Amino acid sequence: MGQTPLVEMRHIHKRFGGVHAVNDVSIDLYPGEVAGILGHNGAGKTVLMKALSGAIPCEEGEIRINGKKVRIESPRDARKYGIETIYQTLALADNMDAPSNLFLGREIMTQYGTLDDLAMENEARQVIARLNPNFKNITDAVKNMSGGQRQSVAIARAIYFNAKILIMDEPTAALGPQETAMVSELIKQLKSEDIGIFLISHDLHDVFDLSDRVSVIKNGKLIGTRQTKDVTKDEVLGMIIMGKLPEAD
Amino acid sequence: MLSRFLRQVDIDNRMLAMIIALLVIWVTLNFMTDGIFFTARNMYNLAVQSSVVAIMATGMVLVIVCRHIDLSVGSQLGFTGMVIAYLQVHVFTLGAAWNWPLTILCGLILGALIGLWQGWWISYRGVPSFVTTLAGLLIFRGAAYLVTDGRTVAPMDKTYQVLGGGIDGSIGATWSWILAGVAIAWMLINTTMGRRRSRKYGFKVKPFWAQLFFLAIGTAIVCGFVMIMNAYYKPRTEIPRGIPVPVLIMICVTVGMSLLAKITRFGRYVFAIGGNPEAAELAGIAVKKITTFVFMVMGILSAVAGVITTARLNAGANSMGTMAELNVIAAAVIGGTSLAGGQGVISGAILGAVIMQSLDSGMVLLGISSAMRQVVIGAVLIIAVWFDVVYNKNRP
Repeated sequence: MGQTPLVEMRHIHKRFGGVHAVNDVSIDLYPGEVAGILGHNGAGKTVLMKALSGAIPCEEGEIRINGKKVRIESPRDARKYGIETIYQTLALADNMDAPSNLFLGREIMTQYGTLDDLAMENEARQVIARLNPNFKNITDAVKNMSGGQRQSVAIARAIYFNAKILIMDEPTAALGPQETAMVSELIKQLKSEDIGIFLISHDLHDVFDLSDRVSVIKNGKLIGTRQTKDVTKDEVLGMIIMGKLPEAD
Repeated sequence: MLSRFLRQVDIDNRMLAMIIALLVIWVTLNFMTDGIFFTARNMYNLAVQSSVVAIMATGMVLVIVCRHIDLSVGSQLGFTGMVIAYLQVHVFTLGAAWNWPLTILCGLILGALIGLWQGWWISYRGVPSFVTTLAGLLIFRGAAYLVTDGRTVAPMDKTYQVLGGGIDGSIGATWSWILAGVAIAWMLINTTMGRRRSRKYGFKVKPFWAQLFFLAIGTAIVCGFVMIMNAYYKPRTEIPRGIPVPVLIMICVTVGMSLLAKITRFGRYVFAIGGNPEAAELAGIAVKKITTFVFMVMGILSAVAGVITTARLNAGANSMGTMAELNVIAAAVIGGTSLAGGQGVISGAILGAVIMQSLDSGMVLLGISSAMRQVVIGAVLIIAVWFDVVYNKNRP
């Protein structure tokens, strides 16, 4: 790929006290690409992605978006650069309905500067109907929704605002087979719209089917990045468990 | 049949329970006091007394919704009230027309500063609100004493006393009816506008008869209230008093706070923080700033309560508002504000305040000692919170 990467993360470090959670990791992402990030629980994948989404600003290393060096110090900064994140916890306010969650921090206002709830509900209905046609009760509190519905709200929030870079942290962890298929469909569709996607998972099979490249992280260090078509599942498993690169290299 | 009716009109079960509880308390107290409770005089006093607690309770709703607590509201009332009284009587020229508006302004600013102080410790220094405001309970009570070394300040400005709802502190029959008309017109307009806007987007609207039902109830409450207030005369005359000024202030505060909670970004963010602080942060909400602002609003409302209290007493005394925090928190919780955060209704707090005050003044009518009243009010607080716990557990 000769074009400029959408995202370049160079020599990222993050320490929590004595724990070196992310240790000199460099990774990049191209438009229309799905980059899988694999590793054990606690390997540092989520922390790395939180550095990009602004939730945990990194102290060392640099981030470039479209070739330009940027500083991402808060979730607001990240959103400014078109980075949207679907967190593993979904990060929804349980007491509020789907439209309120979808527009949280970016509400639609009326001409008088007040919240335009009906307009938000209307927009929310349209975007959610695209994702999950059976999901009608969007004005219920999120806590009364099923896992799949909650996931739909979180995904709708990420795609509604024309994200260019999407971070999906374990997007199918809480889902049944049918809903997982829905997420796979969605990823393919977003890919065709030239959106770059970081797909974080500890489930090898998930990532293998969807991603163009896989990167493996172990104990905060990047073991390696490979084109998915060039490696077998066993080889990647070896990287995850033993931190060993495939022999062929 | 009944459950279908309730579903159709879409009324909150909890609110309904509160209204029923209030009616039961009223009827019981009326029976026990041989009809004294429902006299115009008692209802008028009940309305005035409730307004102080209700005003602070609207602020407490927001505080509790964003998962904090403010134990210092009674002391804030005492301190701001003392400062207002001191400025009015000893510092500014007594009798000057600008005196009382300026002292009120000073009081409100002081309230905001108290809120800023507590909010700063809580948000930016991470001291739990329980501790910060428990300390505030002591600090501001002590400060209230220090303003005049414990002396009571009196008398207040003549015009200022109107704000307390005393003999001249009400707006008369004519204005009361005009206001009632405005309120009814506002309900009508609101309902029609709401229907039209829902139609525009093709959303389902509530059945017409259900909204008509609510309008009828609303109109009945407004008219009934004005009739009772007008049935209470000024001493030794037949001049109706009408709506007391503190109640007017309370209505304005309630409308203002409801709008703040429902239609502004700030209100939406307070509820988001209460629902999931981490999610609010990730959505780019300035959680610390919003939290500090909530405490500032609380401080301003305590100052408003301080104004009414000093005007009503026609004096500033350092014990004003002692134990008010209990009534205020109880009012908010009884009114449907969940201590787990994220849930609360401003208008519910008004209902809660009326319930608390009804119990309190009903017991006074029955000649129950103040010690025994404290026991009962304390027990009611526990039961209200227990109800909240049970309600949250049983929800689907």
